[in-house]
This record gives sequence, C-alpha cells and structure tokens, in this order.
Amino acid sequence: MPTKIEKDALTGTDTTGHEWDGVKELNNPLPKWWLYTFYACIAFAVVWMVIYPSIPGWKGTSGWVAREAVVAEVAAAQARNAPMMARLREATPAQIQADPELRAFAQAGGRVAFANNCAGCHGAGGQGALGGFPSLADDDWIWGGSLEAIQHTIRHGVRANESDDQRQSIMPRFGADGLLTRAQVDDVAEHVLSLANRATDPAAAARGAVIYAENCVACHGDRGEGNREVGAPRLSDQVWLYGASKRDIVAMINNPRAGVMPAWQGRLDPAMVNMLTVYVHSLGGGE
Amino acid sequence: MSTIDAPHRAKADRPAASPAAGQPLYADRVKVYPKRVFGRVRSVKWAVLVACLALYYVLPWLRWDRGPGVPDQAVLVDIAHARLFFFWVELWPQEIYFLAGALILGAFALFAVSSLFGRLWCGFTCPQTVWTDLFMWVERWIQGDRNARMKLDQGPRDANWWTRKALTHGVWLLIAAATGGAWVMYFNDAPSVTHAILTGRASLEVYFFFALFAGFTYLLAGWAREQVCTYMCPWPRFQAAMLDENSLVVTYRDWRGEPRGKPRDAATGDCVDCFACVHVCPTGIDIRDGQQLECIGCGLCVDACDSVMGKLGRPKGLIAFETLRNLSASAAATAAMPPGEARFKAGMAARHLPRFIRPRTMMYAGALAVVSLVMLGAFLLRSTLDVTVIRDRAPLFVRLSDGGIRNAYTVKIVNKTREEAPLALVLQAPEGFRMVVQDVPDDAEGRPLLSRRADGIAQYRVLVTVPGGQRVADSTPVTFRLLDATGRAVASTSSTFAGPRP
Ligand code: SF4
Ligand code: SF4
Repeated sequence: MPTKIEKDALTGTDTTGHEWDGVKELNNPLPKWWLYTFYACIAFAVVWMVIYPSIPGWKGTSGWVAREAVVAEVAAAQARNAPMMARLREATPAQIQADPELRAFAQAGGRVAFANNCAGCHGAGGQGALGGFPSLADDDWIWGGSLEAIQHTIRHGVRANESDDQRQSIMPRFGADGLLTRAQVDDVAEHVLSLANRATDPAAAARGAVIYAENCVACHGDRGEGNREVGAPRLSDQVWLYGASKRDIVAMINNPRAGVMPAWQGRLDPAMVNMLTVYVHSLGGGE
Repeated sequence: MSTIDAPHRAKADRPAASPAAGQPLYADRVKVYPKRVFGRVRSVKWAVLVACLALYYVLPWLRWDRGPGVPDQAVLVDIAHARLFFFWVELWPQEIYFLAGALILGAFALFAVSSLFGRLWCGFTCPQTVWTDLFMWVERWIQGDRNARMKLDQGPRDANWWTRKALTHGVWLLIAAATGGAWVMYFNDAPSVTHAILTGRASLEVYFFFALFAGFTYLLAGWAREQVCTYMCPWPRFQAAMLDENSLVVTYRDWRGEPRGKPRDAATGDCVDCFACVHVCPTGIDIRDGQQLECIGCGLCVDACDSVMGKLGRPKGLIAFETLRNLSASAAATAAMPPGEARFKAGMAARHLPRFIRPRTMMYAGALAVVSLVMLGAFLLRSTLDVTVIRDRAPLFVRLSDGGIRNAYTVKIVNKTREEAPLALVLQAPEGFRMVVQDVPDDAEGRPLLSRRADGIAQYRVLVTVPGGQRVADSTPVTFRLLDATGRAVASTSSTFAGPRP
C-alpha cells in the first residue's frame, strides 16, 4: 500500500509512495508512445474479437473457420497433384517404373500411403512380423512378388471376402480334425524340417515323407517349394511366417492359421494402389 | 522512459543538463543544422559515400553467366531454391557458415581498424552516416545552408516553407524507395522485380520488405539521424573497449587552443571561439569539450577549423586526428608556457608517431589472420560433390529365404556443380557382399551407373546382400565409392552392414 506520497523537490513529480531502503520511485507518467501503443493493442484486440470466432458461441463477422481453411488447403494440394494422379491411374505399374518422373512420385506417395494403411501389419519398412504378417522386404513371396502379383494382392486382398478375385486358400486342420494322428503330425513336421536340412530324427522324417507325399505335396510341392497359385508357402527356405521351430510347425499342421488382408480396391484411389505397388516392389523383394 | 541514464549531452547551443542545477534529466532533441564544409576530410568522405552507395545500388544489376536455367545475377540470395550466388561462388544452405565466417572476419577487421584509427567505421562507412550525409546534402540543396534552414524553420509556414519541405521530403522518399528497392533486388532477379514492383505485380513479401527498408531509410536518415548513434546504436558503447590512448581519434588540441579569445589578443591561444567546428558537426556537439560518446569521428570539424586557421594564417591542425597519448604529452610539455609560437613548437615537438604495433592491435591482427586462413582453407577444400549414405533402420536387416542377410541403404549424390556425367558406385566390403542399385543401368564393367542431378541431389536405393551360409557380424564396416569415367574415386563415404546378433 502506498504510504506516503510526496512531491520530489528536484523534478516536481509525485512519488509512488513506495519505499525500499530509502529508495523512492517517481510516479512519472507512461511515455506517450508506450501508452498509445497500449491503447492501439486494446483496440486491435476488440476488433479482432468482433471479426473472428474469439469466444465460444460467437462466430465472428467474417465467418472465418479454421476447418474450412484446412479443407481449402487440402483441396489445393489435391488439385496440384491431380494431373500426376491421373497419369498414375492410367499407367500400369510397369509403365510407372519405367518413367523416372512417375516412379519418383509413386515412391514418395507410396511411402506415405504405406505408412497410413499398411505399416500397422507389415511394419514401417515392410519387414512384417512373426505370426502371419509377411515381410515385404525379403525375397520370399506367398502370392508372388512381380508388379502384377503385388497389384492384384493389394487390390483384392487375402481371404477377406471383399472381392471375388481375392487370394483364397485354406489348409486343412490335419490334427484338430483327426485327419492325422499325433505321431503322424510329428513325423510330417520332422520331414518338413528335413526339407531345409534341419531334421534331427531321420527315421521319423522318412516316415513323414510318405504322409507328406499323400497329404501335402499338392499344395506345398515335392520338395517343399510351395505354390503361389494357392498361396502355399515355401517350406524349404529359412523364412517362416509362424515360426521356424518344430513346435511351431507341429502347431500349424494341427490347427493351421491363415492371414487376412483387406481388399484395397474401392478403399483407395487406383492411383494410390499403383503407387503402393511400385513402392512395395522397391522394398527389396520385387521380382 | 528512464530519466536516470539518459546520456549526457553537452549540446553546445544550450547549457548542459545537470540534476544539481534543478533541471529535468530528460533532454528533448535539439535539431541540428550542420553547416556545409570543405576540406580534405570532406572530400574523402564524399568519395567513400559515392563508392558505398554505388556498390549498394549497382551490385544487384551486375550479371554473371552461369548457363541456362540458372540465375544470371552476380550477387543473389535465392531463397526459393536455397542458393546463395556470389559471382563464381554458389553456396548451399549447409555452407552458410561461410557467411558467418565473413561476418566474423568483418567484426575483427572492425575491431582492428577501431583500435588503430578510432571510429573510422562510424564516421565514414556506416550506412547510418552515409545515408544521413546523403539526406543532408539533399536538404542543403533544397533549403539552403545552415542559416537559411534555421531561418526557414523559425519563419512562417508559408508557401515557400511548404514547397521546400515537400520537395525535400519528396526527394528523401525517392531515395528511400530506391534503397528499399535495391534491398529486395539482392533476393530477387533485379530487372524483373523492378518491373514487378512498378507494375504492382510483385509479391506481398517483396512489397513488405521494400516498404520496411524504404520506411526505415526515410525515418533513420531523414528524422532520427544523430539520435541513432547517440541512443540506439550499441557500437559507441562498446567501441571504448577497442580504443586506447594510442588510437587516432578526432581531438581538439586544447594545449594550443586555450585560452580562447579574439584573434588579435596576444594572450589567447589559437582557438578564436568562432564555433565553426560546432556548426559543421552532424551530431551537434562541441569537440572542444573533449572525447564524447556522441562524436562519430567524421572529422568534419577538422576541416572546418583548418579552413579558419588557414584564413588566419595559423598552422592547421588545431583539431586533428591525434592520439590521446600525444595530446597529454603535448599538454605536459607546454603546461607552463604562455600562448604563442614557442608553445606551439614545443607542443608539436613533444609528439611521437602513433604506435600502431601494440599488443591489442597485434591480437586483432592475429585473430584476423587466423580466421582468414581458416576461411580460405575451408573455401579451397570445399567439396562440390558429396555422397551420403543412410542405412534403413526399419528393418535393420532382412533375412532372405536362403538364410542370407540384406541391408538397404539410401544413397544421395549431392552435386553442387552443373556436371551431369554419371558415376559408377562401388562397394568396398568383405568378400561375398553383393550390391544392387535399384532402377539404374550398369556400365561396361558391370558396375551400377548413377546419374547426377545438375546442382541438385539424386537419390538411389541400394541393397547389399550377404548370401546364406556366410557368417556375418552384427556390424560390418562398409564403404561406398563413386568413380568417374576414368575410374578415379571422386567421393566416398562409409557406413555399416547390420546382421543378427550372434
Ligand atoms: S565532433 Fe567533429 S568528428 Fe565528432 S561528430 Fe562532430 S564534426 Fe564529427
Ligand atoms: S573551428 Fe577552430 S577556431 Fe573555431 S571554435 Fe572551433 S576550434 Fe576554435
């Protein structure tokens, strides 16, 4: 609280009445430029509040809405990209890859589309994950790694029942449905391990070979080379979708699992599908 | 506004403010009417002024052919394309340290010059001084010299006053506009931006900076003038750290001038108290009061006094560029002497040549030399072709069906030249490592051939594979090299190859 306001003899100005260890402060008026700037700021704020939606419920006289500004910017960006997208829609993935300009655009757009739509299952770099999420960066393909095959898979999906052209196949539940006994399943698993030279029990593997020939060859092939027509994974390599251990293999023969992927045709712009095709192809496994 | 630390201003036209005298500590601006002056310093100042202004206004118009598709302006900061063009040099944003280096060089040069010759920068080359000088010249040309201007301002606001004032401000605004215009030319193609500004088609940014620089030129050179030096500029405050008693500064040789008086009075010194030095001073101070913060060292008072001394037939140099050391030496030598020829001779004899070689100047010179050498070295060793390699982190590595391991890299070729000839990429790695570059052809020897982008960055995806069965550590150093057509390595960079932890 101001205690004692006095007049300063030297300047003729009142003091503020505050005192700190004998030091008193003159109550000089604010500099004019400061005061008027301050008033101008207040006036500016008032005008601003009238024009813009400044208070909940008040829409402002200008009718400006942040959301509309964003929508307009997005529309402008899309308009900028429209000619390029039209070209990408018309071209086949092979044509896109052959044209450096289209390829660069597709790579950049595909990267973003992949992060938005695919990375959830296949991983940020397409590395996949154990448990049915195939790696797109290796050289092993279930349904094919050519541009056409990749495009088809993206368009129609896998076992999602969203497209008539979807990738479809099913492996019988050999153990669970009693098609094979426990011992037979074990023998087949041993044979599967032998396809990649990992068998530990040659006798069991030999017994398993017979069962394999009767039950598995049709899809997985003589030497376990797999069949892309029916999405039967190759068994003779070192890439395993559900785990490489004997336990994992036994589990898959008993009660197989199968991944599902949505059909992106209809969900994504065809140009986007083409960009994704080119991008996935470039991840490292493209054929 | 603080009333405590308002700088002491001994305006010659009125008594010094002092709290003891019961006067306010705050001083209103007293308008300065500098008088026209002739002499050696003034001539040098005109020459420097013309040179500085010519440099500033003409530089953006110089052309420099860099080939098609590239700006042909000799000096240009191309913000949109992130390039700085300076004659034959072209800097990328990551090389902006060259600009920082040039500024550091400028700072040390300024320190060195200040410690040797005082406020040479302030008095002769500072834009504030140069443009104020130019504006004063316009003012004098339209409104007449000091007395005429004072009379005009004290007289009635008649047609004459209005015409002359309007004319003056009109010309000032034109100069200011040219100054703001020249500024934006350093950031835009000069002819086209001039055309765009004049036809109203320039961008908002261009108009903003044009108006900003034009407005401040008008404000600072037309209105604020010496107040910029006295109140706003930090340089007068800390230049004191560079000056010492061996620096050349504008000084009044009081040992010779005092006591002031009539020319014919034998008992007086050489100063005839004619106020010529005060009237020409652009900051309105009296140099005879000694060293002052307000003095920008322009030396115009030297010229003014020299011409007075010339007319009186006395030796020149009553006000001169002099060291404080000499000043006190002269003062000491003549302390007991009466005014006259003998005192002058004794005072002048007591002087020494200024000591230019001193620890302070040597230190500045040393710093200047070191920075120059570092800059020169960096500039000469500046690479115009770089290769950078970024290894994919997600996934760290990919296991292939044969058990092999693959790493993916993004290779970028940074090409600061217009050269476009493709370069072969080779991998230096242990036996068995194989490299594939996506979407590029091979050269005759089966090496992937990567094309460059002229003045740009070309990007490639590179896959390196170790076949199954080969053991690989969790981290193996590898090197990528770019070879030109003759097989010479022109750029290289190292990275690692990641494998599973053993
Ligand atoms: S005192 Fe002399 S040197 Fe200093 S600013 Fe005035 S005219 Fe210039
Ligand atoms: S111009 Fe020279 S003579 Fe005249 S007042 Fe100044 S110092 Fe004295």
